[in-house]
Amino acid sequence: MLLLILLVLPLVGALVVAPLKNNAATAKLVALAFALASLVLTAVTWFSYSIAEGAPRFQLELSVPWIPAFGTSFALGVDGIALVMLALIAVLVPIVMGFSWEEKLPEGRTAAGFFSLLLATQGLLVGVFAATDVFLFYVFFEAMLVPMYFMIGRFGGPRRQYAAVKFFLYSLFGGLIMLASVIGLYVVSGAELGQATFTWVELQRMAASVDETTQIWLFIGFFVAFAIKAPLVPFHTWLPDAGAEAPVGAGVLLVGVLDKVGTFGFLRYCLPLFPLASQRLAPLVLTLAVIGILYGALLAVGQSDMKRFVSYTSIAHFGFIALGIFAFSSQAFAGATLYMVNHGISTGMLFIVVGLVIARGGSRLIADYGGVHKVAPLLAGTFLVAGLSSLALPGTNSFISEFLVLVGSYPRQPVYTILATVGIIFAALYVLWVYQRTMQGPLRGSAVLGALEPAGGPGAMIDPDVAAKKAGTGFPDLSGREIAVLTPLIVLVLVLGFFPGPVLDVITPSVMATLHEVGLPDPVGGLSQ
Amino acid sequence: MSPLSAVLTEGAVLAQGPARLDPPPIDYAAILPLLVVLGGACIAVLVEAFLPRHQRWPAQVALSILTIGVAGLSLGLYAGGEPIGTTTLADALAIDGPTLFLWGTLLALGLGSILLIADRSVEPGGAFVASAASRAAVGGGVNGGPVDDPEDRSYGMVGQAPTMQTEVFPFTLFALAGMMTFCAANDLLTMFVALEVLSLPLYLMCGLARRRRLLSQEAAVKYFLLGAFASAFFLYGLALLYGYAGSVKLADIATAAAGSAKSDSLLLGGLALLVVGLLFKGSVGPFHTWTPDVYQGAPTPVTAFMAACTKVAAFGAILRVLYVAFGDTRWEWRGVLWAVAIASMVIGAVIGLTQTDVKRMVAYSSIAHAGFLLLGAMSITEQGVSGTLFYLLAYGFTTLAVFGVISLVRDADGEATHLSQWAGLAKRSPIVAAVMTFLLLALAGIPLTSGFTAKFAVFAAALGDGMGPLVIVALVASAVAAFFYLRVIVMMYFSEPAADGPSVTVPGAFTTAAITLGVLVTLLLGILPTLALGWAGSSGFVG
Repeated sequence: MLLLILLVLPLVGALVVAPLKNNAATAKLVALAFALASLVLTAVTWFSYSIAEGAPRFQLELSVPWIPAFGTSFALGVDGIALVMLALIAVLVPIVMGFSWEEKLPEGRTAAGFFSLLLATQGLLVGVFAATDVFLFYVFFEAMLVPMYFMIGRFGGPRRQYAAVKFFLYSLFGGLIMLASVIGLYVVSGAELGQATFTWVELQRMAASVDETTQIWLFIGFFVAFAIKAPLVPFHTWLPDAGAEAPVGAGVLLVGVLDKVGTFGFLRYCLPLFPLASQRLAPLVLTLAVIGILYGALLAVGQSDMKRFVSYTSIAHFGFIALGIFAFSSQAFAGATLYMVNHGISTGMLFIVVGLVIARGGSRLIADYGGVHKVAPLLAGTFLVAGLSSLALPGTNSFISEFLVLVGSYPRQPVYTILATVGIIFAALYVLWVYQRTMQGPLRGSAVLGALEPAGGPGAMIDPDVAAKKAGTGFPDLSGREIAVLTPLIVLVLVLGFFPGPVLDVITPSVMATLHEVGLPDPVGGLSQ
Repeated sequence: MSPLSAVLTEGAVLAQGPARLDPPPIDYAAILPLLVVLGGACIAVLVEAFLPRHQRWPAQVALSILTIGVAGLSLGLYAGGEPIGTTTLADALAIDGPTLFLWGTLLALGLGSILLIADRSVEPGGAFVASAASRAAVGGGVNGGPVDDPEDRSYGMVGQAPTMQTEVFPFTLFALAGMMTFCAANDLLTMFVALEVLSLPLYLMCGLARRRRLLSQEAAVKYFLLGAFASAFFLYGLALLYGYAGSVKLADIATAAAGSAKSDSLLLGGLALLVVGLLFKGSVGPFHTWTPDVYQGAPTPVTAFMAACTKVAAFGAILRVLYVAFGDTRWEWRGVLWAVAIASMVIGAVIGLTQTDVKRMVAYSSIAHAGFLLLGAMSITEQGVSGTLFYLLAYGFTTLAVFGVISLVRDADGEATHLSQWAGLAKRSPIVAAVMTFLLLALAGIPLTSGFTAKFAVFAAALGDGMGPLVIVALVASAVAAFFYLRVIVMMYFSEPAADGPSVTVPGAFTTAAITLGVLVTLLLGILPTLALGWAGSSGFVG
């Protein structure tokens, strides 16, 4: 019941907020109230989840028959992996709202629309992670495209139409391929169990008896959808466009949570439902993952647009997560799951900071900035924290997860792990180099100078267009609201960097269960609890 | 009875001679809905003939709605009595589960279409005139001009909005009755007669548009000529099958095909020709060529009627023919229909991409959907039948509402169907844009709409009957088709409106009711389809 409320509450919020077109202030407050209520509810959920020895994997379950003709039910339930994702959403949405509070929207668009879409996305994402019925999962998986599509297409940057359509078509295509497998799974379950069903637990029980060829075909359908969503390398081209053109708030949710549906799907659906196929095709996935780590990092180094830069770093990070998932060890699984959370926090923060810089300078190009530290030291400082967290410096949250992934992957996949380690060096390179170019050194770059100089001043000579647009507005440091938005993220970065225990405790039992379902022994002797 | 008396009785019967023929028993309760619609249509003709012109519109509207209401009521009463499937009129009609479901669908869609047709507020005076030629002859016009013939008020007195031409109502009812007979027909001859009964009014209705009359009449002629060809194909196929089986009854054909050592060439040749005729009516590619032109040219309410109801009737008949008459020989013909289904899906999805006219775009979308429907119709399983029936219901209502919305977007020259004219519609009329978006997402098959549930039902049936590759093709086609639905959404929401763009007419009560009906059903079948799925799967064909 708790999960149902958690699912419905933001959707109700979206409906309530949407009509408040003419009253932006009320709309924002109402939306924030709904988001905070969800946060409180999620905290309650977190503490109701039992991690005691022998506690069931899926808890807080709810199941109502939905379409008996298809053997599907409206079934919700969380395991540890889903629970941490729910927590991540609940934390990020209020932060995104805080960030978007005063964002300039394209002409004719209202804050009510944007905040309503944020809440709709939140509700549907809760559904995706909490569904324990494959059909229901698919429904949410496809439905969540719609609000994100409108967020990018209506509120995004100059090429938003292109980016929105590309995003939608890629995802829809993947989703339809997955639909073939979903239907296939249904038909196979009818043959194996005598009664076709979509209940995850029953399908998992059936998994061992399905022959490998069938498993491979079904696996491919799910895999393509999740690989597009995650995104793994050959399917990634939509993300830089969507990430760059999406409004920052939507971008945070897109890269921070929505893309995690892909990696979550690997863990929840690909591995347990098709164990033989997962093992057989693991080398292929690992190759794609390592290519993603290296290729994403290389492209990130070469980006000139800050938002595209963040998108490409994400592609590299998703490579790490996929590596951990397809290495089949408890440590790597736990690392990958924790990585999903940490990446949401650190990349979300990086996105927000970059958004703040862009809002001040009016340009997305790295080359338009320089020496920001001199005028806005707090902003530059948070940029550094976000960047260090992104490159997995020890003491930040990402270090734990990246370390777990690499340690857990090595015993079974030494070659891929060593190659992936090279990615860490690239990460240091791309983060620090961007930081150095934009934040350090003397004041330079048309965006910074244009913002600082009064109209007609010497800075205006550099780029009259930029100067005319931003003349004399200054380059202020973080405001109180912005500090309030960023503080929780910084706290999370540090706390999870030093005390990941509570989160790992929640993750571990589910991860061990997943490993058991794959049917491989744990090469590193299990996690100490 | 002793042998002697038996002989005597027989002798008595013989003695009466051939003059006395026992009429076949008729199950009046079962066919009452059909009789009501036919009767309503006949009365509508009388109304047209005897009532003064200014009373005709209200009388016709009331009569049509009443007819459909009574027919629906009698259908509900009959279906509520837990009927077992039966054949009546000497096995000419089969009143079984699918028939009742299709009749219900047709009546509901027919009601929606009547509402669209009856609306006079969207297009002042309604969307129909008798004929352009007679209009030109009297020299009257919407914008004044003398009206010589005082009888001809349809073209308006000077300074007065023209009244609507009302023959369209009996046409609709006759077509509806034809459709109902078509999908209940249990022998091919009845089916052929029904085909003509449903087609002839449709040909005429296509040519009745008040605006863009040349286009409308071209559409009517094209539809008529191609339709005549299709009827000829059907008839030829019927003849071959009669030659093979010695009977036109579907069940007899099945029996003949199962237990015969005869060469199959007559059977398969007959089937091929027969199916061409049926596929033409269902606008399945490659027999689709009339669809875009006719959908574009016909008055939009008529297009809605055709797109929704004709598709239901045609696929109802296809289902029955394939299932009852050719179910046992499916391995011999299925390969060909695979090719047809693929062609239809690919043509619909790919050519749809290049369309710039909204009505043509929806036409190509309907061709792609016909391919999906064929997937269900080809799986000769219970799931196949129930999935196809459900798909027809879902698609019919969505498409009806889509055309309802299209009829609202207008500029000075009538409907603004060019895609570029829809730019920025969301800003001018957010509700219409939201409704259209929802309907387009339903056509694209996004979950929580009826389109998804329907696709799922049909694809699951097809996959369950070993048509995996075809399902993959269908899903890829769905993805391609999604692009052109998306393009409309992009135009409406993400583009800036043109300065002299079209406006959205505030719809009258009739159109509002029709669109609301379509949207509600689309939503309901997406979220709680259980009831309808139960009806669709309740019982199979008899025959």
